[in-house]
Amino acid sequence: MRLTCVECPMGCEIEVEVSDGKVLSVKGNTCPRGKAYAENEVICPRRVLTTSVRSADGKMVSVKTAFPIKKSETFAVMEKINKITVTAPVKIGQVVCENISEDINLIATSNLND
Amino acid sequence: MKNYDVIVIGGGPAGLAAAIRAYDLGAEVLIIEREEITGGILNQCIHNGFGLARFKESLSGPEYAARFIDEVCKRDISVMTNTTVLSLSADKKVTAINQTDGIFTLQAKAIILAMGCRERSKGALNIAGTRPAGLYSAGSAQKYVNIKGYLPGKEVVILGSGDIGLIMARRMTLEGAKVHAVCEIMPYSSGLKRNIVQCLDDFGIPLYLNHTVLKIEGNDRVTGVVIAQVDKDKKPIPGTEKHFDCDTVLFSVGLIPENELTKEAGIELCGATKGALVYQNRETTIDGIFACGNVLHVHDLVDFVSEEAEIAGAAAAKYALSGSKERSVVNTFAGDNVSYVLPQKIDKNIEGNVKLFFRVKKALEKCTVKVICGEQVLLEKKKRVVRPGEMENVILPESLVSELGGDISVVLEGKEI
Ligand SMILES: Cc1cc2nc3c(=O)[nH]c(=O)nc-3n(C[C@H](O)[C@H](O)[C@H](O)COP(=O)(O)OP(=O)(O)OC[C@H]3O[C@@H](n4cnc5c(N)ncnc54)[C@H](O)[C@@H]3O)c2cc1C
Ligand code: SF4
Repeated sequence: MRLTCVECPMGCEIEVEVSDGKVLSVKGNTCPRGKAYAENEVICPRRVLTTSVRSADGKMVSVKTAFPIKKSETFAVMEKINKITVTAPVKIGQVVCENISEDINLIATSNLND
Repeated sequence: MKNYDVIVIGGGPAGLAAAIRAYDLGAEVLIIEREEITGGILNQCIHNGFGLARFKESLSGPEYAARFIDEVCKRDISVMTNTTVLSLSADKKVTAINQTDGIFTLQAKAIILAMGCRERSKGALNIAGTRPAGLYSAGSAQKYVNIKGYLPGKEVVILGSGDIGLIMARRMTLEGAKVHAVCEIMPYSSGLKRNIVQCLDDFGIPLYLNHTVLKIEGNDRVTGVVIAQVDKDKKPIPGTEKHFDCDTVLFSVGLIPENELTKEAGIELCGATKGALVYQNRETTIDGIFACGNVLHVHDLVDFVSEEAEIAGAAAAKYALSGSKERSVVNTFAGDNVSYVLPQKIDKNIEGNVKLFFRVKKALEKCTVKVICGEQVLLEKKKRVVRPGEMENVILPESLVSELGGDISVVLEGKEI
């Protein structure tokens, strides 16, 4: 299977050999992150989800999942996130919602002052 | 008139990094920013992927900006927000306006231009039809969704496949819009490969390469677009038309450096980059005025913006505190397959290696970058793949810089993809 690694702007073309749901070999990656990406991608693709939530007074606070979530869960997680309202102050790195998908937290990526 | 050693115009990532470096080298620094907060365009870029080179982490735009804003706060750097610079003179007087002080003029010993870039307008595309509501640049749509929190439309077609367009295809899809197509007139996308994968392929959004828009339909509001395939001369091929119903069209047709102030000061611009002509320390053709970031040339990675800004910041502080030295200048030129080289001028009297940034005209693989001076090849470097959407660089070591016998060119040899 041919993949493009999305872990960095190099966008390496990776060739993965899979058989019976097992990865036999990974070629074309420039660094170890590419290998890990390819191994996950052929079994269960995951992505960090970035979006935003609204504060009580209507301002937007950007958020991300602290770790990559299952790609197949993207829209279900979006639905949950869109129901969240935050109250100021919010600090970068603060947990906005625990366990938004599996045991992965949703965290703020922008500050909101009082 | 208040004096500063260094005035930085623009508080985006370039302005912030330049200010920090200038301050650390002993200069008294002021940043002037038009918006309510510093951070520049990064504030609306809430996706991740920033800072991989610099911080070895994948940060979102606001997180990347915050690292620099925090550093500015720790220092005694003056910051004026909600303040717009109206004009700049060659003798480094800055005239600005804000609500509290009205119009005022400041004098600097050195200036750093860090005004960023703006999006090319849809006027850049020549399209038949009236101009109904529902047409947005991808960047303004990004601002609506991420800063103001509302979705400009539900049924979307994106014209142009620059990174901001690709990012917005995903962003609007996540927020519940249906993105029907991304249409690109060139045979390749000008965006990063990873953005094609994670913004289009992940969501099954089709990318039509070699396609142009023929018509935008609708009187008050957009109701649809017609696209068609183009031939080698970029002429539409009859019979290949495709129609999409939509209420929104986003344009992602590139960025141009914001250089009104630069021109007014009488600084010479480069036709290829649309930014100032600079030496390797990012000094423009006016002594003591420096430029960095997207105002100088459009960067695809903010990490390079910060790196460049630090060069400009250091040089501006040096100029403000100890004046200028005599120059010994050679020019750089874009050779085969290269569309521009920056810096355009090398001053042999400035110490240090020179990182030559360049962009290629077309995608090539198994290539060799050569830096040549007359008949002589000074330097060769292999690159696996180069693409027009991605800025490349090659380092000219100090030992070669001081020995340069004349103008140099960067050329690229390789196999077309
Ligand atoms: C819409 C858009 C989306 C982008 N998305 C990405 C992305 O996803 N990833 C990426 O790596 N890069 C992206 N870029 C490129 C990004 O701009 C650069 O990586 C980086 O932000 C450039 O930094 P800068 O400081 O040069 O410019 P900017 O971030 O644009 O900052 C310039 C600052 O100068 C201020 N300013 C301008 N004129 C004046 C004036 N006269 N007086 C006072 N202040 C002034 C502006 O308000 C702004 O804050 C995007 C660019 C745009 C336009
Ligand atoms: S393999 Fe490594 S270098 Fe290549 S794209 Fe992935 S992360 Fe980047």
